[in-house]
Amino acid sequence: MLGLGKRDFALLLVVFVLTMLAPFLLNPFPVNSAMAQFNAGYPDLMQRFVIFGIFAIGYNILFGLTGYLSFGHAAFLGVGSYAAVWMFKLFSMNVIPAIALAVATSGLFALLIGYISLRRSGIYFAILTLAFAQMSYALAYSVLTPITGGETGLQLALSDPRILDAAVAQGGNIPVPGLFGLKMNASTELAIGDWVFTFSVGYYFCAVAMLLAFYMAIRLFRSPFGMMLRAIKSNNTRMSYTGLYARPYALAAFVISGMYAGLAGGLMASMDPLAGAERMFWTASGEVVLMTILGGVGTLIGPVLGASAIKYMENIVSKINEEILHSWFAFLPDGLENVLVAVIYPFVGKGWHLTLGLVFMLVVIFLPGGLVEGGQRIGRLLRGKKAKSPTKSTQSNPAE
Amino acid sequence: MDAIILQILNGLDKGSAYALIALGLTLIFGTLGVVNFAHGALFMIGAFCAVTLSRVLNLGFETVDPNKTDFLGNPATVKTTYIEHWLGAELGGGILDWGVPLAILFAIPIMVLIGFAMERGLIKHFYHRPHADQILVTFGLAIVLQEIIKYFYGANPIQTPAPEVFRGSFDFGTLIGFDPGQIIYPYWRLVYFGFAAVIIGAVFAFLRFTTFGMVVRAGMADRETVGLLGINIDKRFTIMFGLAAAVAGVAGVMYVPINPPSYHMGMDFLVLSFVVVVVGGMGSLPGAVLAGFLLGILESFASMGAVIDLLPGINQIIIYLVAIIILLTRPRGLMGRKGVMED
Repeated sequence: MLGLGKRDFALLLVVFVLTMLAPFLLNPFPVNSAMAQFNAGYPDLMQRFVIFGIFAIGYNILFGLTGYLSFGHAAFLGVGSYAAVWMFKLFSMNVIPAIALAVATSGLFALLIGYISLRRSGIYFAILTLAFAQMSYALAYSVLTPITGGETGLQLALSDPRILDAAVAQGGNIPVPGLFGLKMNASTELAIGDWVFTFSVGYYFCAVAMLLAFYMAIRLFRSPFGMMLRAIKSNNTRMSYTGLYARPYALAAFVISGMYAGLAGGLMASMDPLAGAERMFWTASGEVVLMTILGGVGTLIGPVLGASAIKYMENIVSKINEEILHSWFAFLPDGLENVLVAVIYPFVGKGWHLTLGLVFMLVVIFLPGGLVEGGQRIGRLLRGKKAKSPTKSTQSNPAE
Repeated sequence: MDAIILQILNGLDKGSAYALIALGLTLIFGTLGVVNFAHGALFMIGAFCAVTLSRVLNLGFETVDPNKTDFLGNPATVKTTYIEHWLGAELGGGILDWGVPLAILFAIPIMVLIGFAMERGLIKHFYHRPHADQILVTFGLAIVLQEIIKYFYGANPIQTPAPEVFRGSFDFGTLIGFDPGQIIYPYWRLVYFGFAAVIIGAVFAFLRFTTFGMVVRAGMADRETVGLLGINIDKRFTIMFGLAAAVAGVAGVMYVPINPPSYHMGMDFLVLSFVVVVVGGMGSLPGAVLAGFLLGILESFASMGAVIDLLPGINQIIIYLVAIIILLTRPRGLMGRKGVMED
């Protein structure tokens, strides 16, 4: 189906169903219950899940397939956001041209940086990409202020020309990005009993974009081109000995993954039309590395899982405070309750980075294949050891 | 001319910090072959050793002084630190004042222990894994370490002053025959530079002139052969890791008066230090030191008004620009050896 194998199609179908039903699945708790704060089904967060999912899928095409560790990928996301916001400012609030421009600009930018950086490999490549990203960040913050808005970021204004459609919406407000009349921030709510589910246009738009991106990633993974990229990872030297010049392939992977980052940046700007330099800072690049590794590098679904896990922690786990912990353990005797709260508290709330760091270390040490490998191991345990040989995982063997 | 000398001086203190961190990174990389992304965190922990010591020294009790009143007219409370109480105002006050330099003595054993624990507990298991895995696991460790520090010390920078004698600036220009008031330079930055020079000299002398250092250098050149000679090279390399951690730690301790430490200072320095190491050449100790000072001084030259007018924004990107140019023209860095980190 759709040019995919049976297993891949099943995976795509599962992802399709999960993303389409996400407003239900992520809202398992009634509105007024104590657990309601764990509901992740609000549009803003769901959009972040899929947008960062796209970012991580793209990063995985570079790092997972070719093994080139880029520490500057956020630069492409930032460039994509700036391009999209400029499209909103100058031409139209329609998101399609904005995203197209974002993808194209990031692709060009990636072509330039990749052409230079791919002359080196290993840690030198990591440092080169980091250097380019940090330069872009510093320039966006200072000299390029007329283009990037500097410290305040790039924002829409009433005085923008927007030559293709009305510069000012009804009521004198700045118009909202939309898709042929569908506003990105529009949403409907559905109340069933105590549950309230929110369906937003923005989320479904991003979700469709992610499904397309995911589908293209599967096709790429299974194509001869993907095979070539894997060969670069397993032994670049031998590739050269067979008379094959591998760098154009690596460059193509770099540009594709840069375009994915641009798509993510464009979507981010479409959901909330502003762009700032901090999106290009190296910690943002580090975050996408964390997402990809955490989920499972070189796997298809891993990066999306990793992105969702990190964004969930960032938005939900970080909200748990001491009072909430006390209310959870209220059934215990007082002394025990206080001890438990004191032990757990550093790991949640503002300390969620600590949990993230620990989980990340554990994953790198014990589960180099990330959450996906963890799931596969558990699955194998449950099925018993007989299913050991036929499991053909999507994991490509890491090699140096 | 005076502006040039001033910029060189300004570059020295930052360059010293880069050089010290890059030296430790290179020691670890040269001996153990591990790319340690947690090295910036060690620098940061060193800085917080100084903060901790100054907090401990400032512990005290409050007494009511009947002769003084506060602004409400109540009897004022006067805080006396234990150390002044026990050792007298003269000696105790002196110790309080010299808290930051004293923290070096406090930081060295702590940093060596942390270094041993890191190497034995974690990094040992990563010798045979790809460099990417080493980078990732130490990156995770760096996040954990900085979050622990954040939990205990909060997210805000903590001011910790230098000793009284070294506060303020002096007129460096008059020493070398300029008119007074042209080259003003803070004392502590000069102290920092001198201190860095001593540490760097000590590390080099240790490696060059002691038997231990000789064995370590031999191990860096050919680990297997040294092992075959019946020398426990792993143990020596672990000690070198401790030493590298201590170098980063004391670099952090002394940097406290220049830049109030906050939990993310390690990461800020780490990124630049990696650039420094790569520019100097992976695995080359003199290269790391040279590149550290070079980039520090270049950075301060790029922040001169005249240069910024000519090339706006150059002060922000100079280090990265130099790194890119050097990596593309001299792939092994300034003084890199053949066969190190080459696939």
